[in-house]
Amino acid sequence: MYKWIHQFGSPKYFYDISIPLSKWIAIVCAISFIGGLYGGLVLAPADYQQGDSFRIIYLHVPAAWMSLFVYLVIAFSGAVSLIWHIKITDIIARASAPIGASFTFLALVTGAIWGKPMWGTYWVWDARLTSELILLFLYLGYIALQSAFSDKRIAARAGAILVLIGVINIPIIHYSVEWWSTLHQGPTISKLDKPSIHLTMLIPLLLMVLAFKTFYITTLLIRARSEILGYEYNSSWVKKYVIK
Amino acid sequence: MLEYINIFYVIFKRDLTLTFREKTDFINSLAFFIIIVLLFPLTFGSKSELLNTIIPGIIWISALLATCLSLETIFRSDFEDGSIEQLVLNRYPLILLVSAKILAHWITFGIPIIVISLTLGVILSLSNEIMMALFITLILGTPILSLLGSVMAVLTMGLHGSMLLSILILPLSMPVLIFSTIAIQNASLGLPIIAETYFLAGILILAITLAPIAAASALRIRLS
Repeated sequence: MYKWIHQFGSPKYFYDISIPLSKWIAIVCAISFIGGLYGGLVLAPADYQQGDSFRIIYLHVPAAWMSLFVYLVIAFSGAVSLIWHIKITDIIARASAPIGASFTFLALVTGAIWGKPMWGTYWVWDARLTSELILLFLYLGYIALQSAFSDKRIAARAGAILVLIGVINIPIIHYSVEWWSTLHQGPTISKLDKPSIHLTMLIPLLLMVLAFKTFYITTLLIRARSEILGYEYNSSWVKKYVIK
Repeated sequence: MLEYINIFYVIFKRDLTLTFREKTDFINSLAFFIIIVLLFPLTFGSKSELLNTIIPGIIWISALLATCLSLETIFRSDFEDGSIEQLVLNRYPLILLVSAKILAHWITFGIPIIVISLTLGVILSLSNEIMMALFITLILGTPILSLLGSVMAVLTMGLHGSMLLSILILPLSMPVLIFSTIAIQNASLGLPIIAETYFLAGILILAITLAPIAAASALRIRLS
């Protein structure tokens, strides 16, 4: 186990293994994306209350989940790189940030499009919307801090501290804005024993969640590869790979 | 133990002395604060009921912006003349030394902000309930801003531009802003503000416990 972690932590090993890995995960992503979209847009019946416009749930919910998930990934790898100084977690955190910011942005945009027919307005000062917007600013702050340093190792560790403070702050932000005002509909899937969503609607949604997750991993691996080349630019194996 | 109290006092006194010798930064951030607050009655008119609704929030926003400006200076001169390295290298716990610097920042920035806010409140004829809520939220909130901001100040010290510091501080300090404005709104309606007060006090305790640790480790990272 420890040997495996050690091996995985080496940038060259990660680089080598990520090429076939990203291909296979991309295939899973494509299949579940097509299946999820077909199931969601064609097979699933229209909602009795929201009509066809509920179908944006298949983009909105996975994007909103991923926006938080990626932040937690950054925080976890930040903690790991602060404690054990593993280079690959620096790279994962750095490569994840723009993807997470994009997911957050996507969740906000699809939410606004959904809000227009449902609430009659693109934007309301609702608790979840506001905390999602603050999350976007946290991502932008992290990216800005990363690009302010020329030394990437210091950038990664400074960013780790920032993002850990953010993780402590996220529940506080969430409850503060929830208290401040709320209009968003309650969660649909978190009640695991008996979801308040029909199975024909739920399965495409879960497929889309899988598609988003695998999409994240694929893009993360591709971005991490280019980050690795930047980190390790003066080691011999990179020279060999680039010339080849 | 006595030694630790002594070194805390030495650093604290040094920072106070430096601030009062080098008055421009200190006065500028307070002047900035007053100017921002006074811009709003000039643009929105001086009706007393309107001012009662907007001025407390504006005082809070201006305090936040002024914090961003003043925090840039907390580690800057130490970083430029290299004395920050002496702080990191000596044998005393860095957390203690950083806490002394943060306390000095709050004394020289937070307390003047509170005094000026209350004076401005009297001048702009805020009601007594609002003044009380403003006082409570400021006395609990400004130390949170100093603590949280000092970590960000360490992370960004020596990097060009204070814009980055503001981008880092502002999203993280939103809960403080939200709880304070809810408390002030409740106070203006005659409702109790005890829940918001407890929340702010809880965040303050969390910040006192964790922010010096984060600032000290950030300082080590920046100087590594």
